[in-house]
Amino acid sequence: MLRPYLAVLSARFQLVLQYRAAALAGFATQCWWGGMKVLIYSAFYAGARAAPMSFAHTVSYTWLGQAFLMFLPWYADPEVADMVRTGAVAYERLRPVDAWGWWYARALAWTAARIAPRAGLMFVTAAVIMPLVGLGRWGLRLPADGAAVALFCAAILAAALLSATMTVLLNVVVAASLTDRGANAFAAPISIVLSGSLVPLAFFPHAFVPFLRLQPFAGLIDTPFRVWNGELAGLNAVGAIGLQLAWTLVLGILGRCAVESVMSRVQVQGG
Amino acid sequence: MNGVALYLRYVGASVRAQMQYPRSFLVLNTAQFFGSAIEILGVAALFGVFGRIRGWSLGEVAVFYGVINAAFALADAPTRGFEVFGPEFVRTGAFDRVLLRPRTTALQVLGYELRLRFGRLLQAGIVFAVGASAVRLSFTPAQVLLLAWTLAGGVALFSGILVLQATLSFWTVDALEVANILTYGGVQAGQYPLNVYAAWFRDLLTYVIPIGCVAYFPVVALLGASDPLGAPGWLLPLTPAFGFLFLALALSVWRLGVAKYGSTGS
Repeated sequence: MLRPYLAVLSARFQLVLQYRAAALAGFATQCWWGGMKVLIYSAFYAGARAAPMSFAHTVSYTWLGQAFLMFLPWYADPEVADMVRTGAVAYERLRPVDAWGWWYARALAWTAARIAPRAGLMFVTAAVIMPLVGLGRWGLRLPADGAAVALFCAAILAAALLSATMTVLLNVVVAASLTDRGANAFAAPISIVLSGSLVPLAFFPHAFVPFLRLQPFAGLIDTPFRVWNGELAGLNAVGAIGLQLAWTLVLGILGRCAVESVMSRVQVQGG
Repeated sequence: MNGVALYLRYVGASVRAQMQYPRSFLVLNTAQFFGSAIEILGVAALFGVFGRIRGWSLGEVAVFYGVINAAFALADAPTRGFEVFGPEFVRTGAFDRVLLRPRTTALQVLGYELRLRFGRLLQAGIVFAVGASAVRLSFTPAQVLLLAWTLAGGVALFSGILVLQATLSFWTVDALEVANILTYGGVQAGQYPLNVYAAWFRDLLTYVIPIGCVAYFPVVALLGASDPLGAPGWLLPLTPAFGFLFLALALSVWRLGVAKYGSTGS
């Protein structure tokens, strides 16, 4: 039953993993960005006012944000966008597989393969090398205990599952609008702000924070990183992971309905 | 036809081509507006929490932010050809044809496209206006002149960075995403006053990639503040000249690249 989906998952994962130069370039860019953010936070924290997060937690949040940047649905799957442009999307209708599941497996593999090398490199740099060369104050702090690590792993897994549902939704918008321009242009700014990638969600005005934490994008960045920092522990963490999974389910069902409705009247361009 | 007339002809063709798709033009501009405006949202959120950064208020930082963003927006529109130089000219071999024409290479690459994007510029203008009114900036003719000179220096600097990025593709053939560190990263760095950074980073932004010279120093003069870093007052308004120096250096490196160019043969 699951075999074709697992096959496309592993094939895509291995394919994307081949782009080592892209991963290295992304890593270098993210180091620069993370470093600059840390410098700016450090200047802000030098002032007198109390912040909703400690400096160490904010710094860890920032590095993790760079490591897992690819959880954000920056754009629709470029291969799907290509299929829509060339008309090859018609072949997708011929496969004896569920269209949503097929795209979902591809999106999941695409996300995971772009994250794995960057997160690994970022972890080694920020959590191991930086403390060793005496920059520990500006580096990534490890979670307090094993339970936090286990919960973090669960939250990251949930974030990956959630992120892929968003990518499929973007694919649907691309398939319906016949171009990836519109969807891609707005996906990034919205998800950067709402996920906590721009600034940790706790830094927004108090009145908004509870609502910001309920919306689905928080599950991509804010939830797992608060688990890492120990701000969400025990049952609170389990509840937050439950919310990530609930959103995954909702967006998954929504995406499945949308794929069915769009693909049943898909227009093929070119030929 | 002289160079200017030729360039204007290039620009006319490019503008007409883009206006063939008015809806796409609108969507892309709106997207750029929001895409760049989220940055000020982040800055404002941080000021909401912390109040000040190294003594600077949100209004003052908004002025820095507006100037550097406007300079980048103005530089980004005409230099599209340099930005896509690797994939569009070197990899495809289209640069062979550029070399055959009896015009300078830089002019022809510049004529590739005048990208009609006003989203970032509009955003920068709004942030600048709000910041300037918050700090009660007075606009004497001298101030306006200083602002224009600062923007010109910034446009020169960012153009220089993009020329260097393009020159690099003579060796790498493709575009290097890492170069975004200097363009978008430079904008990001210039959004805050230089004295918020650690000393080594300040030096980098002053002497290597002179972002500070086209944003921080002249804007300190514009705000009528005295520089907490101790640069003498008479020097502050002169620093944008380094943007032009950077562009001149970048163009001479560009000529080295052109001399080195061997076609990809495609």
